[in-house]
Amino acid sequence: MRSKPIDGALAELRIEIEKYALEYGLDYYPVVFEVCDYDTINILAAQGGFPARYPHWRFGMDYDQLSKGYAYGLQKIYEMVVNTKPCYAYLLNANHWVDQKIVMAHVFGHADFFKNNYWFSNTDKNMMDVMANHGTKIRRYMDRYGQDAVEVFIDKILSLENLLDPAVLFETPEVARRRMASMVVEEQDDSSDDRSSALKSFMRQKARNDGDQVGQAPLPIEDHNSDYDSERYISPRDVMLYLIEHAPLEEWQADILGILREEAYYFLPQRMTKIMNEGWASYWHSTIMTQKALKASEIIDFADHHAGVMAMSKQNINPYKIGIELFRDIEYRWNTGKFGKEYLECTNMEVKENWNLDTGLGREKIFEVRKSHNDITFIDEFFTQEFCERQQLFTYKYNSRTGRYEIDSREFEEIKGKLLTSLTNFGQPVIEVEAVNFKNRGELLLRHVHQGVDLDLNYAAETLKNIHFIWKRPVNISTTQEGVETFMSFDGKEIKTGS
Amino acid sequence: MDHPIKRDHARFRKIVKGRIRDNLRKYISNGEMPSPKGDGQFKIPMPSIDTPRFKFGDKQQGGMGQGDGEAGDPVEGEEGEGEPGEGEAGNEAGSKELEVDLSLDELASILGEELELPNIEPKGKKTMESLTEKYTSIGTQGPDSLKHYKRSYKEALKRQIAMGQYDPNNPVVVPIKSDMRYRSADAKVEFENSAVVIYMMDVSGSMGDEQKEIVRTESFWINLWLKSQYKDIEIRYIIHDATAKEVEEETFFKTRESGGTLISSALKLCREIIQSDYNSAEWNIYPFHFSDGDNWSTDDTKLCLEILDNDIIPESNVFCYGQVESRYGSGQFYKDLHAKYGESNEEVILSKIKNKDAILDSIKDFLGKGK
Repeated sequence: MRSKPIDGALAELRIEIEKYALEYGLDYYPVVFEVCDYDTINILAAQGGFPARYPHWRFGMDYDQLSKGYAYGLQKIYEMVVNTKPCYAYLLNANHWVDQKIVMAHVFGHADFFKNNYWFSNTDKNMMDVMANHGTKIRRYMDRYGQDAVEVFIDKILSLENLLDPAVLFETPEVARRRMASMVVEEQDDSSDDRSSALKSFMRQKARNDGDQVGQAPLPIEDHNSDYDSERYISPRDVMLYLIEHAPLEEWQADILGILREEAYYFLPQRMTKIMNEGWASYWHSTIMTQKALKASEIIDFADHHAGVMAMSKQNINPYKIGIELFRDIEYRWNTGKFGKEYLECTNMEVKENWNLDTGLGREKIFEVRKSHNDITFIDEFFTQEFCERQQLFTYKYNSRTGRYEIDSREFEEIKGKLLTSLTNFGQPVIEVEAVNFKNRGELLLRHVHQGVDLDLNYAAETLKNIHFIWKRPVNISTTQEGVETFMSFDGKEIKTGS
Repeated sequence: MDHPIKRDHARFRKIVKGRIRDNLRKYISNGEMPSPKGDGQFKIPMPSIDTPRFKFGDKQQGGMGQGDGEAGDPVEGEEGEGEPGEGEAGNEAGSKELEVDLSLDELASILGEELELPNIEPKGKKTMESLTEKYTSIGTQGPDSLKHYKRSYKEALKRQIAMGQYDPNNPVVVPIKSDMRYRSADAKVEFENSAVVIYMMDVSGSMGDEQKEIVRTESFWINLWLKSQYKDIEIRYIIHDATAKEVEEETFFKTRESGGTLISSALKLCREIIQSDYNSAEWNIYPFHFSDGDNWSTDDTKLCLEILDNDIIPESNVFCYGQVESRYGSGQFYKDLHAKYGESNEEVILSKIKNKDAILDSIKDFLGKGK
């Protein structure tokens, strides 16, 4: 793996682009640009942008796919930005000069977003080091307990990786500290130390296990219906934390679970702001390039690259496209005053069409939006009928009669509804822990909060098996299938499904 | 040192191979054949290797897109085609179907491991000449792409020192045309074992599509194994009903004739091919015959056994007969061969293939002896 800091002409270019970014008011942690070859950038991308991760075959799989995609000319990663402080950005050495310009401008957009968007406010900005430490730790566990045992355990935990509660992102260090303290009474005040929370989870586990035997069934806790007192509160959607607390894990297992949970939460804001983040960065590369940085000779190449990134697809929503257009639309509406009670209640289409109050609040508004919204609220608030029509959006579904996918609807309400549904809970089903001592037999009961779309039962069954591996007692989930209450359980031998 | 991801990658490949081995029986009975890609690699669709998670079923889902079209118009392309543009850090693994590439050797070794196939002990001497070119030597002429920079500069340095033009304080070395050195190929003669597989198949009316499918699948895997064992391999195809003719691979699997069956016709043609093209001292010869067991008359069967005994078996490594069960076939030919050669004959291997699930076992029957 080779990457080196930019120098020479690229360093000069960076100074130029950065000057424009600052003039526009972008605000970010220092950005460190490095150039690397395609193999390195594929490695980095496979590892989520980090040069050092724990060993796991899945990174190798992603690397395999990316390398092939590059070799066959199907895809190419121009750049990668990591949400850290300083903010690391990798450029592909084979990029054209214009591409490097675009990419740098794009990077400053991302960097600004990482620093200012609220959903990122509690992400660990030292993640480079933290990830590397996680790698070292897990490698040590592999040395001690065997690579297979550790890898198999990680495979199982990955089944839980999407069972997260976004609210946890706003848990202030103070709340987290109090919760930790309440869990381990013996532990001293640790507000001043800088140990990773995964390490703390490990220590907490250790402290807890000193009290009771390792490897036992989960301790029965009162009645499963009674609420935990508020100090001990764990969000029912934070399934990983529930398992750390209640599953009969070995020390190293609890630690690994904590590590993977921490990493999952670190990536969560990126999953929740894909449209905004890409839209914002694209808005800025487009603005900086077209207004400042572009030379006349580069216009065609820029337009070609930009159009490629913004390409609309009939099969998918392109987050870059929707994001940038929505930001532009907001800017336009707030520049012309097309918002508020008066505008919305105006029934004269003619007047509405030509509405212009010269409010000029556009730029200010989009900076505000990038600060306080995530994809759902972004779409919910700013996705208007006019916008929907202009973007030629539609929904499609499978027609079993013709055996093909067909355009289903161009109705605004339906499209918006579908878009919001697909973004709810970052596109994952909402799963809650209902009871950790179900039937008073130490069974785990999960509940799928049904919001209109059924679970894939085959996957659910496999997932239950993996959770059982961790929980070691029967695991159950209640859900709804085609309108019927459905109950699925796995007791270590067979999957049972009933209504 | 290699980046640690190479180890993750190796691990992934190992898991994939394990998964393929576990699913080999399913692959084979489904008639799914890895598609060759031309560069000696095989593309294999992967049974899901992704982590199971709670996720939405896709029945009610459909999707969203952008573009022209009225309600009811088809959405072209495939669902989930990659989005264009810049890739973001891969925190969400794609849901795309995974395809892995395996080389012939890797695939064959999976087959070999799963079936515990012994390596084949080739008979005969290594007599086939084959030329292999290796870029091991250096020449003074060649294309720029093969330029050997180190050697070229060495030559230049030598020349400059010899001519007193080299100044250690200002070590500039400028090669001129006569200094240039190029990698060049050395041809090497190697002797190889080579093999020929002669497939014969009954295409008379009683062999249906399913039976042919079985033969096709079976022959694919047999070829794969033999290819991994011999560097040079030739494959010939003979179809027959009452008469036999040699055909191309494609025709072999597609032809359907009606009419009677004279197995001897195929064996006669096979004998001709062996006698004219393949000297058994040099070649490892593998005649495979597939039929549903029907033969026109007992006289013909007698003739068949004669040809086998006198001409084909002595020339071949092993003669293989696979009987594909069909509703119309009597299966008499198997019985006749069995009566003559018995279960454990060294030179004749008989196998009955009931249905697709039995293909794998039958492959083991044929190749398990390491002949």
